[in-house]
Amino acid sequence: MPQVIGVPKETAAGEKRVATVPEIVEKLIKLGFKVVVQSGAGDAANFSDDVYRAAGAGIAGTAAELWSASDIVFKVRAPSPQEVEMMRDGGTSSTTLVSFIWPAQNPELLKQLAAKKATVLAMDSVPRISRAQKLDALSSMANIAGYRAVIEAAHHFGRFFTGQITAAGKVPPAKVFVIGAGVAGLAAIGAASGLGAIVRANDTRPEVGDQVKSMGGEFVPVDYQEEGTGVGGYAKVMSEGFLKAQADVFAKQAKDVDIIITTALIPGRPAPKLITADMVRSMKPGSVIVDLAAEQGGNCELTVPHEVTVKHGVTIIGYSDLPSRLSRQSSTLYATNLFRLAEELCKTRDGIFNVNMEDEVIRGTTVVKAGGITWPPPAPKLTAAPPAAARPAAAVPAAQKGHGEAAAPASARSMAIMFAVAAVLFWFIGANAPAAFLNHFTVFVLACFVGYMVVWNVTPALHTPLMSVTNAISSIIAIGALVQVAPPMLENAAAAGDRPEAWILGLAVAGVALTSINMFGGFAVTQRMLQMFRK
Amino acid sequence: MSATLATVSYIGATILFILSLGGLSNPESSRRGNLYGMIGMTIAVLATVFGPQVTPAGYVWIIAAMAVGASVGLYAARVVRMTQMPELVALMHSLVGLAAMLVGYANYIDPAAAGTFKGAEKTIHELEIYLGILIGAVTFSGSVIAFGKLSAKISGKPVLLPGRHWINLTGLLVVIGFGWSFINTHAVADGMIPLIVMTVIALAFGIHMVMAIGGADMPVVISMLNSYSGWAAAATGFMLNNDLLIVTGALVGSSGAILSYIMCRAMNRHFIAVIAGGFGTEGGVPAAAGGVQPAGEVVPILAAETAELLREAKNVIIVPGYGMAVAQAQHAVYEITRHLREKGVNVRFGIHPVAGRMPGHMNVLLAEARVPYDIVLEMDELNVDFPETDVAMVIGANDIVNPSAQDDPASPIAGMPVLEVWKARTSIVMKRSMASGYAGVDNPLFYKENNRMLFGDAKKMLDEVLVALKG
Repeated sequence: MPQVIGVPKETAAGEKRVATVPEIVEKLIKLGFKVVVQSGAGDAANFSDDVYRAAGAGIAGTAAELWSASDIVFKVRAPSPQEVEMMRDGGTSSTTLVSFIWPAQNPELLKQLAAKKATVLAMDSVPRISRAQKLDALSSMANIAGYRAVIEAAHHFGRFFTGQITAAGKVPPAKVFVIGAGVAGLAAIGAASGLGAIVRANDTRPEVGDQVKSMGGEFVPVDYQEEGTGVGGYAKVMSEGFLKAQADVFAKQAKDVDIIITTALIPGRPAPKLITADMVRSMKPGSVIVDLAAEQGGNCELTVPHEVTVKHGVTIIGYSDLPSRLSRQSSTLYATNLFRLAEELCKTRDGIFNVNMEDEVIRGTTVVKAGGITWPPPAPKLTAAPPAAARPAAAVPAAQKGHGEAAAPASARSMAIMFAVAAVLFWFIGANAPAAFLNHFTVFVLACFVGYMVVWNVTPALHTPLMSVTNAISSIIAIGALVQVAPPMLENAAAAGDRPEAWILGLAVAGVALTSINMFGGFAVTQRMLQMFRK
Repeated sequence: MSATLATVSYIGATILFILSLGGLSNPESSRRGNLYGMIGMTIAVLATVFGPQVTPAGYVWIIAAMAVGASVGLYAARVVRMTQMPELVALMHSLVGLAAMLVGYANYIDPAAAGTFKGAEKTIHELEIYLGILIGAVTFSGSVIAFGKLSAKISGKPVLLPGRHWINLTGLLVVIGFGWSFINTHAVADGMIPLIVMTVIALAFGIHMVMAIGGADMPVVISMLNSYSGWAAAATGFMLNNDLLIVTGALVGSSGAILSYIMCRAMNRHFIAVIAGGFGTEGGVPAAAGGVQPAGEVVPILAAETAELLREAKNVIIVPGYGMAVAQAQHAVYEITRHLREKGVNVRFGIHPVAGRMPGHMNVLLAEARVPYDIVLEMDELNVDFPETDVAMVIGANDIVNPSAQDDPASPIAGMPVLEVWKARTSIVMKRSMASGYAGVDNPLFYKENNRMLFGDAKKMLDEVLVALKG
């Protein structure tokens, strides 16, 4: 009996997102589930009931109907008390809820959910490990928030972002300063530089400098020695000395830039106050501050959560629902994250959730298991990027030598040994070999060196033609066979008398035939290959 | 033609051969280089045939033999497919080896050739015969096995006999022992037995040596056999007192030796280790030697999505491997390249020295598919550019793009130079399945966050990509 996944309409005021989209409905059905969507759930994100129906979902008229019909409920926002009330009561048929929960901020909610004997997976508690990235809804939402922050700023900013030279005069590019280069910050950097602004960014974690650059921004470091990376790749609280140095940097930037976007958050704490009233006052009139940390109190002292205010001529945007303002996009990404989670929970693809607490990802995400509160989870086994472990490992240099520079000079000792061996060898040959042999030997050694010099100059692209041409050339051995076919009679005719003519002729002719294959075939195929090399 | 004129002709031929190899330093001059080679060969053959050592009685035989050989050779050169070049080259090496053996035997049984030597000269002459036949036999049987392996008539897996080093050593001692008795014989008939025993051992040694070497070490084997065929020619030259053969043999021999060296360096392995055969068998089970198991997720991608990534890219680097040759995908690669270049995308190719089954194999395949050679670059030229590359596409290659060669000192391929595709913004690996490469090492590249896997037959997938690109 497959389980039913229910998707209610979000009840929080102004929430436009929905927990699944038609495209994902089809995929969930392929996983074996039945899907029921509350009528009108997707309206605000431009997904009509008809589209859901076409994708194979059932439509429930009211919220109560939906909650009672569902074994599993997918939601965006944490459930309201009324919604908790609608959950099934206890027993084997209790509801499994998947949504944002924020267990640290909502201990009461956890208790209520536990009382319902529910199983709850919190999308905000997905562990920050590589394997869980595909279900990291916080990153998906942060990405959207960062993008939207730039769009909101552009809306309130009275100028172009990009610099232009027009017939009506020169327009300087806007300068944007992004504080915090997490997912949201990086998305903001990318969006702003995409619009043509000059973007600078700061973060307490120095290792994100490269990421900032990769998104088109310039990293503004704080000149103070302290490592700002906490557990799980998030930032941590910094020392006082650092904060002072940081404030100096920010004050300097505030005077220069037109737009500040702040994204600084430390897990489980109120947002750090980074932009003081004085800094706001020092900004140019018409400047904009977008405070993405507004919901946690704001990074700017003057932020009013959920509102847009103008203080000292600076527009301060404190919206906390930026992802919801891009509801179609955020719904799609969130629905995908939920689908990935469903895949993890239903590895057998039979439409039954299996909340396997042995699995690190599922263990971390689950905050209530069949009525028992399992939050907080044990510490994660490894962070997303263990910096200490990664550095020494990367330090192994690859021994790379350019082509042609004949390796690094050998050590003096091995060179000495080589020369000694060569000297003994030469002495042995010189002492024993007859003069005629030595002439040939001289030629041989010199030819080896010529070959060595010539071949090092061959470009690697032509190594295959080189082999086939040397192959053709080595058929010079034909000469050896040729001279045996019909040699002139020598003076010592006596010895020639018992010459096994037939044998020698046979061997020599076979040799000539074999080498001719090489001779003609080798040159012909080389020619064929070389003809193909063209610009 | 007098003897002096023949000698001068030989010198001319020698110079032409050297110029021929020198011409290969770049594709512009390479065609002329090949022409020099042909002229040199023609001069050498004509000077010999019309020189003092061949009487007109042999002309008929020579013309007939050469006509047969030429027609076979030209036919083979015409029909061979570029993906089969390694097989053809191996086969041709075997012919040189066989010819060296035949010439050696013919020379030995010809009393006219040996008649004038006395004392040390005679010993050296016999030693030359012995060595010439030995090298020829090893080249012959080794090349035949290499041909079998390359054309998949014999399994590419290394066949490792127990105590194989001892077998080889015993063979060597027996060969030396018989060599001693061979030199000390006086009549031709007495020397025949040691000579034949040695030939059999040499043939067996050639077979055994190449059987023990795995498929991906083939570039080394081919260049090594190339080298041997040169030394065989040089040994024959000593035997016949012919400087042209000595010089040419030395040129070919050192060329093959250098290629072997380049290939070994590209794999960060010692020549001896390759020849001794059996990669990874010394270091225990490869999986265990891998050290850290790669963590992360393999993200598959569809052909249509690949096309999307390529369309949006400005800089693309394609890294082909043996898989491209197997799938005959080079033409599809070219079509995609052409399409992207027309759109103004900067497409380049990165070639690892040991990609494919013989040195320069990939270059020839790409040239055959009409890819211009100035966008086909070497690993060292290209590695610095990966950070600025949007998409790096790996087609049928594995070990040559394995980051653990740099990151993981415990890896069996640690220290081998590799193409750093993971530094590109996105890398796409086209593979049939998740099977590990020849080295048996898991590839952490597949688990990297910016890597995507396009599973399936390279040619089929690339055709789909092309359709999606055009659509």
